[in-house]
Amino acid sequence: MAPVAPRSGDAIFASVERVNAELFTLTYGAIVRQLLTDLEEVEEVNKQLDQMGYNIGIRLIDEFLAKSNVSRCVDFKETAEVIAKVGFKMFLGVTASVTNWDADGMSCSLILEDNPLVDFVELPDTCQGLYYCNILSGVIRGALEMVSMKTEVTWVRDMLRGDDAFELQVKLLKQVSEEYPYKDDEYSEV
Amino acid sequence: MIGVGKIKQNTNVLDKPLSRGKQEVSLSAFAFLFSELVQYNQTQVDNIAELERRLEDAGYAVGARVLELLCHRDKGNRRETRLLGILSFVHSTVWKVLFGKVADSLEKGTEHEDEYMISEKELLVNRFISIPKDMGTFNCGAFVAGIVRGVLDGAGFPAVVTAHFVPVEGQQRPRTTILIKFAEEVLEREARLS
Repeated sequence: MAPVAPRSGDAIFASVERVNAELFTLTYGAIVRQLLTDLEEVEEVNKQLDQMGYNIGIRLIDEFLAKSNVSRCVDFKETAEVIAKVGFKMFLGVTASVTNWDADGMSCSLILEDNPLVDFVELPDTCQGLYYCNILSGVIRGALEMVSMKTEVTWVRDMLRGDDAFELQVKLLKQVSEEYPYKDDEYSEV
Repeated sequence: MIGVGKIKQNTNVLDKPLSRGKQEVSLSAFAFLFSELVQYNQTQVDNIAELERRLEDAGYAVGARVLELLCHRDKGNRRETRLLGILSFVHSTVWKVLFGKVADSLEKGTEHEDEYMISEKELLVNRFISIPKDMGTFNCGAFVAGIVRGVLDGAGFPAVVTAHFVPVEGQQRPRTTILIKFAEEVLEREARLS
């Protein structure tokens, strides 16, 4: 059977069901507000957002792989390109660009010009340490972990803090080999 | 020199132009986000009533902002003063913007003067949610009920809004009804204006 060609981000986005980005933006804002009220500490909120993103990421990767038909990525460079061009487009309707590769190709930056999460948002003085879009870093981390890549995702630039774009640094820590989840001796012949 | 550092441009969010409202994200992105909202709230409460209240509060904040946004952008800063006006605003404009279609139906309650119902065959937020039996009558539509309450409250029509499942024959999934019960003062004012 001939392998199915991978679909472009635009094609997939056009074919999935879509909702108004403002509903998405306002719902995310409600989540962040709830977290700030409950947890009060900005660092705690950052961690919780990352955790929520992680939970989303581990499930999102299945949908991503199912809809996009990408084959196994040859190296981390390709992974980053696929996330930026196909992944972001498919779910958020925006594309990111990949830059700032380091010498051994283990770390890069994803730059988002347009971010539907932050429409209408302004950070007050009391929340200056908040990474408002931290859910995105959790999503990427969770998704990549499910395809055997342990990564560290951090924010380099944040428009809500006065920078000119959103920049995420994705660093590949290690490739985990796929493990058979069951130990051999758990099975026994009946 | 003291105070010289990287100059950050802190553009005021109010100076940026308002978007036209046509941007979209995928349904699954919203569904994932909503599921995380519900899951997070489940860890924070002990019972169903609390969970519904928290979802409603989250929706209230969304509703208040949606009202401001739509009044400014789509209605040219005119506000509704009549009951039917605000109800049809919620049923058509708000629903169209948030969920991509007008609500299935808007009905007046037969038993009580102050009750109105907006029904939807399948609420967008409930698309990928199934309620386990032990949670009884819990409905994640409480989030949408909160949005409606936020819109009504912001427009000056205080009300109690709840979401209910109504089983329909011939349909496997029950349809959802948002029940709006207006406060006394709204009806009195409406009577004066008529």
